[in-house]
Amino acid sequence: MNTSDIFNFLKPKNELEKQEDTSTVQNQPFIPNELWVKCPVCKKAVLSSDLNDNKKVCPNCSYHFRIAARQRLEITVDEGSFEEFDAEMTSTNIIDFPDYTRKLKNARLNSGENESVITGKARIGGCETVIAVMNSQFMMGSMGTVTGEKITRAFEYATKQELPVIVFTVSGGARMQEGILSLMQMAKTSGAVKRHSDAGLLYITVLTDPTTGGVTASFAMEGDIILSEPKALIGFAGPRVIEQTIRQKLPKDFQSAEFLLEKGFVDKVVPRSEMKETLTKLLILHGSIPEKEDKEEKEGDEQ
Amino acid sequence: MSAFDNVTAARANNRPTAIDYITRIFGDSFIELHGDRRFADDKAVIGGIAELNGKPVTVIALEKGRNLKERVDRNFGSAHPEGYRKALRLMKQAEKFHRPVLCFVDTSGAYCGIGAEERGQGQAIAENLMEMMTLKTPILSVFIGEGGSGGALALAVADEVWMLENAIYSVISPEGCASILWKDSTKTAEASECLKLTSKDLFKLGVIERIIREPKTVDSVVFESFKTLIGQTFEKLEASDTETLLNKRYNRFRKY
Repeated sequence: MNTSDIFNFLKPKNELEKQEDTSTVQNQPFIPNELWVKCPVCKKAVLSSDLNDNKKVCPNCSYHFRIAARQRLEITVDEGSFEEFDAEMTSTNIIDFPDYTRKLKNARLNSGENESVITGKARIGGCETVIAVMNSQFMMGSMGTVTGEKITRAFEYATKQELPVIVFTVSGGARMQEGILSLMQMAKTSGAVKRHSDAGLLYITVLTDPTTGGVTASFAMEGDIILSEPKALIGFAGPRVIEQTIRQKLPKDFQSAEFLLEKGFVDKVVPRSEMKETLTKLLILHGSIPEKEDKEEKEGDEQ
Repeated sequence: MSAFDNVTAARANNRPTAIDYITRIFGDSFIELHGDRRFADDKAVIGGIAELNGKPVTVIALEKGRNLKERVDRNFGSAHPEGYRKALRLMKQAEKFHRPVLCFVDTSGAYCGIGAEERGQGQAIAENLMEMMTLKTPILSVFIGEGGSGGALALAVADEVWMLENAIYSVISPEGCASILWKDSTKTAEASECLKLTSKDLFKLGVIERIIREPKTVDSVVFESFKTLIGQTFEKLEASDTETLLNKRYNRFRKY
């Protein structure tokens, strides 16, 4: 480290942000790499490896930690069944927004992904489906033009192939750095969802913590069936914006998954441990025929 | 004029509001219809049927109010879910009776509050986006003042989108953008530039089809040519068959 690096810390934050140096970000993993993790709800220490084995759900109080998109796919789809779409597609600074190029670079380094959503085709419980999983590690899952494009393409593919679609949402909303073009993604994705819906095909959304803004006001709320993980924050406006607008504190659990269930905007709150089974059941109830991967197991069951 | 001057002009209190446009373009022919049939009548959204060149047209508008009393009454043009649901009800009605839909947009955004969240602000907007995409009748949306994010888009999934010269259309308010970007909500001028929210910027980005001359007062003759333009556009849109119209609408948004 040279001396100029030390003085950087004395500068205001926005000066720091202008720099191209990403070394500090690279060293910051999203999930604490320590052996122990403290649960933010029950405050108990949990072994990192135990937490991972438990699908990132606290074994003491069932708090659902945020989970990276790849790990979500791993615990949701049948092993080896995932075929990714448009993996290389990635955003550029389309309206020359200040600092966006650097933020994109950091987001890629931080998440190891090219965009805030992963899309593809997979089998869940043997049922073929198109799946999109948003990623909170990539600019808080914000929806830019590439996010919208990948989701739209996934729906268009599903419509053509007559497949259901499952989308796991997590998003802070539209990506401000792409200006009006990020807002247009709300209309674009909604158009693709409508065509898929008009074709009589099933769309399930799974809302995860947090799902807000332009994603809530578009494809997240357009599912035939809307599931949610327990305690997920779901809303149009974020709680801070509402508190600033109405100048009062919000009630506890306002905008939680359970609150939306009570108000009639979520079909079912499903714990992570039961998600795959629930999705499988719903797919089968809508005409999916599970393809048995392991024939020996099937024969064994019959004996 | 800087982008921020544009923001100021779009928000100016003496600017004609939707009611002025409706009165000047449709005169006495406008009949207002109320309520979403589910919860309430949202006064931030005005809707009804009017006559244009002897033909019926459904008119839906976000109305900010023309004086303080009206502004409070109309929640400063920030709609609740019932406002968007009223809009959708009237659009469906327009579809049923084969008349085109004209929307006037003027809002700082969909309302952020407890009631709005409880009654599904996000869901209401999402449903409009989805349903407007396949509404089997022409839709024209005109931004006459502020176009704030999803709350504006919920009336702007249209075959053509026009903007008044000084109107703005943005994914986030310049204040919101500045406070996120620089942790300083007073840097609105810089944020206004970055967001590309003026009619000229949006025309260049291909987000709007037309920039409309500003009527400086409610007596302006500009309203006359504006009315002619609306009539011609509906005639043009009505000339194409439904499938072509809807494919064009889908592709209009698909390209972004």
